[in-house]
Amino acid sequence: MIKGLISVFLIAILTENYVLSKFLGICPFLGVSKKVNTALGMSAAVTFVMVLATAVTYPIYMYLLVPADLAYLETIVFILVIAGLVQLVEIVLKKYIPTLYKSLGIYLPLITTNCAVLGVTMLVIEKSGADFTYLHALVNSLGAGIGFLVAMVMFAGVRQRMEACDIPKSLKGLPITLVAASLVSLSFLGFSGLVENMLG
Amino acid sequence: MDFTIILIAVLIVAGIGLIIGLILSFASAVMAVPTDEKVEALTEALPGANCGACGYSGCSGYAAALASGEAKNGLCAPGGEECAKEIARILGQEVGNLEKKVAVVRCMGITDNTEDKVNYQGVKSCKGAMIVGSKGQCEFGCLGLGDCVAACPYGAVSVCNGVARIDKDLCKACGLCVSACPKKIIDIVPLKEQVIVRCSNTQKGALAKKACKVACIGCKKCEKVCEKGAVSIEKFKATVDPYKCGGCSECIEACPQGSITNLF
Repeated sequence: MIKGLISVFLIAILTENYVLSKFLGICPFLGVSKKVNTALGMSAAVTFVMVLATAVTYPIYMYLLVPADLAYLETIVFILVIAGLVQLVEIVLKKYIPTLYKSLGIYLPLITTNCAVLGVTMLVIEKSGADFTYLHALVNSLGAGIGFLVAMVMFAGVRQRMEACDIPKSLKGLPITLVAASLVSLSFLGFSGLVENMLG
Repeated sequence: MDFTIILIAVLIVAGIGLIIGLILSFASAVMAVPTDEKVEALTEALPGANCGACGYSGCSGYAAALASGEAKNGLCAPGGEECAKEIARILGQEVGNLEKKVAVVRCMGITDNTEDKVNYQGVKSCKGAMIVGSKGQCEFGCLGLGDCVAACPYGAVSVCNGVARIDKDLCKACGLCVSACPKKIIDIVPLKEQVIVRCSNTQKGALAKKACKVACIGCKKCEKVCEKGAVSIEKFKATVDPYKCGGCSECIEACPQGSITNLF
């Protein structure tokens, strides 16, 4: 059981990194990775919302949509629920944990419609089965969030370094960023099969 | 065509939406955080440059701090006196004496005083040169590649003989050059009669002297000669407390290295 959880967690971070292997959440990945500090803030918010969103959408899917034979409503219901949830979390945080609210700042409302968050909740449903329970789903989304953090912080480091480089004019800005992103993503492909063989 | 399927789908989505809406409106009513009208008025009054010279996170952060009484009026450098008057009007306070500030570069390692250690051919940026570490003999000194010049929106910074200089008349003490400098040798100080230690070298005297002719060697002569106790030596480098210093220039005369100068 614990072995299974660890394997789910590591797979979500390394092998199936949502940014670098599944190419979800590219917008914040390119937009907010200019500095390590902002990358950290954004990833913390994303991790937080991912776990929370999975915790809410999983039961909704399993106990409301499936019995009613409405599985095809998954996307629209999930978007609705996640958006509402983030708003609620924002209100609660503002009232009771203002410091956390301040440190998450603008990132919290920004990720309401982030595709990485939606992607995690939907892919978790796809995986669900006899040996993939609610707990697995939660661990998977935590891993996905941390994988997002790893990708963001790593890439922020690459970009800070790139700022000091002499880049040809035609490649300056977004082009070289995309090239760098693809190389980082390539390096993550090296993890494929690692976790399965390690814990298998 | 079975309409009940459509009806159930619509009802479920609408139901979820309704529940979320109710929860949200209930939550926002119960957990409402009272927003201060003052904060909005103050944010309007501030220039909106979000430069961070006040030490808060942007203009809205400063406005919040002002409204709660945490922050003092007059910290906004770009807004200046007019802005301070407007803020005082909103807060219903008197305008106190405004303290003007200015940025200073704590290095005098011009080409006459120190030499290059390496023939740096890389990118013309201090951040780029930081990968090498330092291009001159002194590893604390100004690199002179002008990251601060590029950062200054007021054109107050220039590089002269390999060291950044700040035009006191143009400087608005916004602090952008302070954060742009990878060597951290630019400081914001109050614009008043005082002396400035123009060196950032924290090495021992002999090493510092070897690196630069005008390096502070931590000899403590300035500390002894100062009647107001404004000078202290830390890590072989003199530091002057701007609020204690009266600008009597005794330390400038006492300094064997000539690393202290008047601000004006």
